[in-house]
Amino acid sequence: MGIAMRPIRIPVVIVFLLAAASSLLAQQQYTPVEAEIGRQLFTNNCVSCHGPEGDAVQGVDLGHGHFRVASSDSDLVRIMRNGIPATGMPANNLSQEQAKAIVAYLRSIAASAASNAIPAGDVSRGKAIFEGKGECLSCHRVAGVGSRLGPDLSGIGRLRRSVELQSALLEPPAEVRPNNRFIRAVTQNGTTITGRLLNQDTFTVQLLDSKEQLVSLSKSNLREFSFVTNSPMPSYQDKLASQDVADLVSYLASLKAQVNP
Amino acid sequence: MIRRTLVLILIAAGSLQAQVSFDRIVRADQESQNWLTYSGTFFSQRHSQLTQITPTNVKDLEPQWIFQARTGEASNTKFEATALVVDGVLYTVQPPNDIVALDAATGRQFWIYSYTPSPLARPCCGRVNRGLAMLGDTLFMATIDAHLIAVDAKGGRPIWNIAVAKPEAGYALTLAPLVIKDKVIIGTAGGEYGIRGFLAAFEAKTGKEVWRFYTIPKPGEPANNTWDKDSWEHVGAPVWLTGSYDPDLNLTYWGIGNPGSDYNGDERGGDNLYSSSVVALDADTGKLKWYFQFTPHDEFDYDSVQIPVLADLDWQGSPRKVMLWANRNGFFYVLDRTTGKFLLGKPFVDVSWASGLDQNGRPIRVHGKVPSREGTLIYPGNQGGTNWYSPSYSPRTGLFYIPSWANYSTLYVKQDVDYVEGLRFGGGTGNGPKAGAVVAGGFNYRKEEEGFGAVRAIDPRTGDMKWQFKMSDVTDAGILTTASDLLFTGGREAYFFALDARNGNLLWKFTVGAPVVSGPMTYSINGKQYVAVAAGSSLFAFALRQ
Repeated sequence: MGIAMRPIRIPVVIVFLLAAASSLLAQQQYTPVEAEIGRQLFTNNCVSCHGPEGDAVQGVDLGHGHFRVASSDSDLVRIMRNGIPATGMPANNLSQEQAKAIVAYLRSIAASAASNAIPAGDVSRGKAIFEGKGECLSCHRVAGVGSRLGPDLSGIGRLRRSVELQSALLEPPAEVRPNNRFIRAVTQNGTTITGRLLNQDTFTVQLLDSKEQLVSLSKSNLREFSFVTNSPMPSYQDKLASQDVADLVSYLASLKAQVNP
Repeated sequence: MIRRTLVLILIAAGSLQAQVSFDRIVRADQESQNWLTYSGTFFSQRHSQLTQITPTNVKDLEPQWIFQARTGEASNTKFEATALVVDGVLYTVQPPNDIVALDAATGRQFWIYSYTPSPLARPCCGRVNRGLAMLGDTLFMATIDAHLIAVDAKGGRPIWNIAVAKPEAGYALTLAPLVIKDKVIIGTAGGEYGIRGFLAAFEAKTGKEVWRFYTIPKPGEPANNTWDKDSWEHVGAPVWLTGSYDPDLNLTYWGIGNPGSDYNGDERGGDNLYSSSVVALDADTGKLKWYFQFTPHDEFDYDSVQIPVLADLDWQGSPRKVMLWANRNGFFYVLDRTTGKFLLGKPFVDVSWASGLDQNGRPIRVHGKVPSREGTLIYPGNQGGTNWYSPSYSPRTGLFYIPSWANYSTLYVKQDVDYVEGLRFGGGTGNGPKAGAVVAGGFNYRKEEEGFGAVRAIDPRTGDMKWQFKMSDVTDAGILTTASDLLFTGGREAYFFALDARNGNLLWKFTVGAPVVSGPMTYSINGKQYVAVAAGSSLFAFALRQ
C-alpha cells in the first residue's frame, strides 16, 4: 500500500486541526477491534513501503493525517483498493471492510503515539545494552549473532512501531505469538526436551531444542507433551532505566534488514 | 449378479465401455467397481460396497500411481475434485477447469480438454472445481466463469458450452453437476458478492435451460416477506455443492448458502428464506416441494452448503426415509425427506450462538451472541462445525461420519458495507484479530483449546457421538466408508489415512505431502480395488501391495 502523489502545502495549524477532527471522528466511527484488524492488515500489506510508523514515503505520514491525495476516509479506502495510477501506489486485494479497518488503524496511530511519548534514544548505546546488560542475545538474534530460540529481530524495525517496541520491553504480553511458542516433552524413558515449537501434527512434533538442535519426535514415544505457558520474555520495567529503554527502542527501530515477518 | 459378471467380463476382455444411462446412476450401488456421480450414488452416502481392502490388510495399501495436475496457475489453487470412474476410465478436473481422462489402473492420460475461464471470473475462495457429471457418453463441467460445458467422454471435444450467469457480477460455478434423467442440474456460487443464488436444470443433449429455482424469492412469491423492504435483491444464498436425489420421490435436495452481507444483517431483517436452508425440488419442474431452514437470519456465514445424505432407517420402530445433515452451524439434524419434518437435532461440536433447537428444529438463540462492532466470540467459528467436506453414512455400522472442527470459535466483527456489483459484500469479518495465526504457511502451532479437527461418528438415531478421531489441525477432507468397515479421510496435516469405521482406530496412514481438500472415492478394475484422493496438486491412487 502507498498513498502518495504530489505534495499539498497546508499550513501546519490547519493540519493539526484536521488531525484533531479526524481523531474525534475516529472515536465515533471505529472500534478498537477494527483498529486491531487494521493493524494486522497494515503490517501485512503496507509497511514494506510506508514503514511501521506510516511515514516512510516522503511527504506522507499516514498516522498523522498527512496525505498527498486523500482528504477523507472514503478516499483512503478507494486509494487502498484501486491504487494511484503512474505512482508507486498499487491496487490492493482488500475488501471495503478491510480497507476501512486499515483506516481505523491509521486513525489510532496518532492517539497511541501521543499517549506513549518516547524520549529520544541513542542507537549505539542501545546496541550496547542489547548485547550487554540487557542480555537480549541469550534469546534473540540480530544479523546472524545470538540465540535462535526467540524471534530473530534483524528486521524488527521494519515491522513494529517504536511505541510497540517500548511496550514489548516494559509490558511484554503474557503469551507469546503462536510461532514463538515453547513446548516441553518427556519421552517414555524420562528424558525432558524443551524448545521452540516449529511444527506439529497428530503424530509428530518438530522443535528447536535448548541446544539449538532440530528435533523431530513421535508423539507415541512421549509420556508428556505440553505448551510452556509463561512467556520467556522478561519485563525491563525495573531492570533498565528509562533512558536505557529509550536507547534500546532506538536500536531496535534501526534494525531494518529485509526478513520475513 | 448375472449383470455384474457380464460387466466384469466385458472390462476384462478389453476396453468396452458402456454408456452411463440414468438407470445405471440410479443403481450405482450395484456396480461398485465404478463411481458414477459426485457422491458415489444419488443418496450421497459416499459408501462403497467394495470389500477387497479390509481392516486387516489395509496396512498393505500403497500408491499405484500419482497424477500431477498441470494447472499453470497460482500455487494456492486447490485440487478439490472427486473423480468419476466409468468402466476403467477415470475422469477428473484439474484446477481450474481442465477435464482429464486417465486409465484408472495406470494413471496414463487418454486426453485432456483445456478450458480457459474468462478473466472476469472471480470465485471467492479459490479457482476450484469439485468434479464432473456424466450421462451417456457426455461429461458435464461447470466452470468458474459460470459456464456449463458438455464434453465428449471418448474424444475430449466440447459438444456445447453455455453461459449460465455473469462472472463479472461474482457468479461462479464450482460444484460437480448432478444428472437426473435427461437433465443436468447446477447451482451458482458467489454469495460473497451479493449475487442472487439459483439452481437450474439444462437439457443434457442441447444445454437448453429447462427450469430455474431462485433461492431468494422476489416480491409476489411465497417467502419474499422474510426479507425486509427491498433487501432480497443482492443477498447471495448461493449453491456451490452437489445435491442428492430420491428416485422414488423424484425429489432433488440441495443445501443453500448464507445471506449477504455475511456478518451484518441490519439491512435484511427477517428469516431470509431460503438462505441457510435445504430445499427439496421436483426434479422435473424445479418446483419447491418443501424447505427446512437451519439458520434463520444467518449472520455467521453458516452456509447450509453440505451434502444432503439420504438414508432409509428404522426410525422409532418404523421404516422412514430420512435425510442426515451435519450443518455448518454446529447442529446435526435428521429430517424426514418426504416432508421436511424435523425429527432430531443435536450439537456435534461446541455451539454458543444457540442454546438448542425447539420442537420444530428452529434454533433457540442466545441473547447477545451476534456479530458486533466490538467483536463477539462465537462457537462454532465462521468455517463452521463442518463445511462442504463430504460426510459418509455406513448402513453397516449405522453411523454417520462427520469431518468436524471442534473447540473452534472466531471473533465476529460487524462492519458497514455497500453493495457494489462484482465486489465483496461481507459486512465484517468472521476471523477477528488474532495474536498471530495458529497455523501459518503450513506450520501448525495450534493448542487444542484453539480448535482441532476430528472425524466424529454420530448415531443418527440419538445424535450421540460414538467415537472420534482427533487431529491436531483442522480438516477440509471428505470421508469415504466401505462395506468392509473402513473409513478413509485426510486433513490439513497432509496425511491420508484409514480408520476402523466401527471404533475409530487408526489402521494405516500415508503422507501425501499437502492438505487433502477433497473427498476420497474407490473403484475396482479387473478385481483390484483402488482408493483415490486428490491432495495438493496431485491425485493419488492406492491399492494393496501385490
